Amino acid sequence: MPEIVENTELCPDIWQIVVEAPDVAAKALPGHFVIVMADQQGERIPLTVADYDPSAGTLTLVLAVVGTSSTKLSKLEAGQQLYALLGPLGHPSEIARHGTVVMVAGGVGTAPIYPIAKAMKAAGNRVVSIQGARTAELLFWEEKLRAVSDQYIVTTDDGSRGRKGLVTEPLRELLEDDRQGAIGCVYAIGPPVMMKFCAETTRPFDIKTIVSLNTIMGDGTGMCGGCRVRVGDKTLFTCVDGPEFDGHLVDWDGVLARQRIYVAEEKCSMERYARVRDEG
Amino acid sequence: MNEPKKKPIQKTRTPMPEQDPATRGKSFDEGPLGYSPEQARLEAGRCLQCKKPLCVAGCPVKVDIPGFLELVCRGEFAAAARLIKKTNALPAICGRVCPQEDQCEVECILGKKFEPVAVGRLERFVADYERENDLIELPEKMPPNGKKVAVVGSGPAGLTVAGDLVLLGYEVTVFEAFHKPGGVLMYGIPEFRLPKEIVEAEVDYLVRLGAKLKLNTVVGKSVTIDELLDEAGYGAVFIGVGAGLPVFMGLPGEDLGGVYSASEYLTRSNLMKAYLFPEYDTPLVRGRHVSVIGGGNVAMDSARTALRLAAESVTIVYRRSRQELPARDEEIEHAEQEGVVFRMLTAPVAFEGDQQGMVRQMKCLKMELGEPDDSGRRRPIPVEGSEFDIDTDLVILAVGSGANPLLTKGTPGLGLNSRGYINTHEHGRTDKPGVWAGGDIVTGSATVIQAMGAGKEAAEDIHRYLST
Repeated sequence: MPEIVENTELCPDIWQIVVEAPDVAAKALPGHFVIVMADQQGERIPLTVADYDPSAGTLTLVLAVVGTSSTKLSKLEAGQQLYALLGPLGHPSEIARHGTVVMVAGGVGTAPIYPIAKAMKAAGNRVVSIQGARTAELLFWEEKLRAVSDQYIVTTDDGSRGRKGLVTEPLRELLEDDRQGAIGCVYAIGPPVMMKFCAETTRPFDIKTIVSLNTIMGDGTGMCGGCRVRVGDKTLFTCVDGPEFDGHLVDWDGVLARQRIYVAEEKCSMERYARVRDEG
Repeated sequence: MNEPKKKPIQKTRTPMPEQDPATRGKSFDEGPLGYSPEQARLEAGRCLQCKKPLCVAGCPVKVDIPGFLELVCRGEFAAAARLIKKTNALPAICGRVCPQEDQCEVECILGKKFEPVAVGRLERFVADYERENDLIELPEKMPPNGKKVAVVGSGPAGLTVAGDLVLLGYEVTVFEAFHKPGGVLMYGIPEFRLPKEIVEAEVDYLVRLGAKLKLNTVVGKSVTIDELLDEAGYGAVFIGVGAGLPVFMGLPGEDLGGVYSASEYLTRSNLMKAYLFPEYDTPLVRGRHVSVIGGGNVAMDSARTALRLAAESVTIVYRRSRQELPARDEEIEHAEQEGVVFRMLTAPVAFEGDQQGMVRQMKCLKMELGEPDDSGRRRPIPVEGSEFDIDTDLVILAVGSGANPLLTKGTPGLGLNSRGYINTHEHGRTDKPGVWAGGDIVTGSATVIQAMGAGKEAAEDIHRYLST
């Protein structure tokens, strides 16, 4: 079973797990995801690859603590093992020369954006990154992302760092100012609402906008259809057809609704987890 | 020792004790309880010991049925189990889930006048007896021949290939995408029909025989078949990945919360143990009024699972009539005894949800049967103006499956048919040299034992191929 090399809290409730997984690290590419289980009772949850080091045989995952599964993962210490790790899964990002690419990262979306930005930069693109968070305390990997960007913009909802406001504002300005049409592609990864509004922002400019979905998932190999999403006139599976899709074609209301299927169960599970932890 | 054969033949099968349907429908414990040694000997004594046993011809893996029944008569139960295991490594599983009524038992001479010998119940009995009494012995193995075989998928086909080739001295590694081995036996068939402990024990037997398991590995993603053949030193690869593609109906509202493919519903419950939520973390929508669309064994399993998860009503909605239900009679009976309602000649046309995006209603049409279609069954035709609503807060679509392209798309040289299933020639050989395939990824949805039969044939051929 894959051993945890380190597990650190990057900022409140956002954890970075480095795990020993040489076979996965050897094959991982930007945009891929893996499925992990914290323990035998755990759920199978998808996490987009945040970084990988084939020579060290390690994989880096970043997660926000929201429910039982992510809480359990955050509690694993170096030397402990993940119960299961499967991957790499999904299609990798299409890394091409677009000219300028704008990489928009919201919240924990900074983690999956980073390897894509790095690869886009290496492919000869001018990389403009916009990183947003609710507040300065929740920003992480700013230096890492800045290092692979030609231009770096940071926003916070409360103005505690960088520009006050949402990521969509600098995004719109970049597009408005781009009279030569240098921007060939926009990537937006973060919470579904943020991706939806990024896609709405770029739509009038008709600029290809790629999003990466983190849906509820089961096997991760196209067997169950739990991760299905309407994209244009088709029903696609996030696990095998994605996780990246054309943000202009995604049925965002559908994505948001399916994200809420288990709200009551998640609450019940968390309450039980807290109770068992306190008792034991 | 008494000689049961000399007594007048008992015309009916010895009944197998089972849980009372009323309590059974609330419990995930196995329903049928199995024979006692006395019942087993009584039933086995009904066998006529035919010189040319047609039952063996009816078995896809050619179990020596009269041979093992004779041993049961003599009370040598563990020896009987070992005799079965010479040709079938998974007797406790097959005794439970094989459709014997279409295979060995349908051929039983006794069945021409009376009820056939209950071969399945006896197979189950001897396998359980051997395991529960700790009498499992490993058979003689050929010495290692230094040759490696990769098996992709740890379902019935793959496990059969592994069992047969390990005995012949091969180093066999079984690759499984999930975190537990067993394939459909683990994720598809519910606990109350096939306890997972039994699947684990039969897989464990294969591991003790020497088969290696590599879990959490998706062949086609984590590693490719070409890598296995060219870099990892495998002389042959057997693909037994199952069908593995859920079929949706393309109806409005199908993406609402509470609408599941049967594959997702059953995987959550069986493999992820959502029926034990919140002790296990994986949740499942617990409907009060459940609709299961479809009429096959998977539909019955889904309906009976939903019933056990405290549904007030569970309805099987099927577009043809009762006569055309494709499920085994036994499964239909069990579902019915437990209280599943059957609404025949009905098809959904749309699902409607509430503000939260959860399914609440299903619009349906009544159907009538027309001329037979390509499948030979009478085609259902919608009755005009027959639209009506069913209130439902959990819908499970059990309308078949397709071929999952994950592995086949990433394997150059593998020939596929128009529906995406793998083309095979004699003995499961594919178009790609060194690669065999069998089970549902070749035939489309079929039975556990048919997959095992295909595995057996492929294993023999792989042995021939690697021996020359």
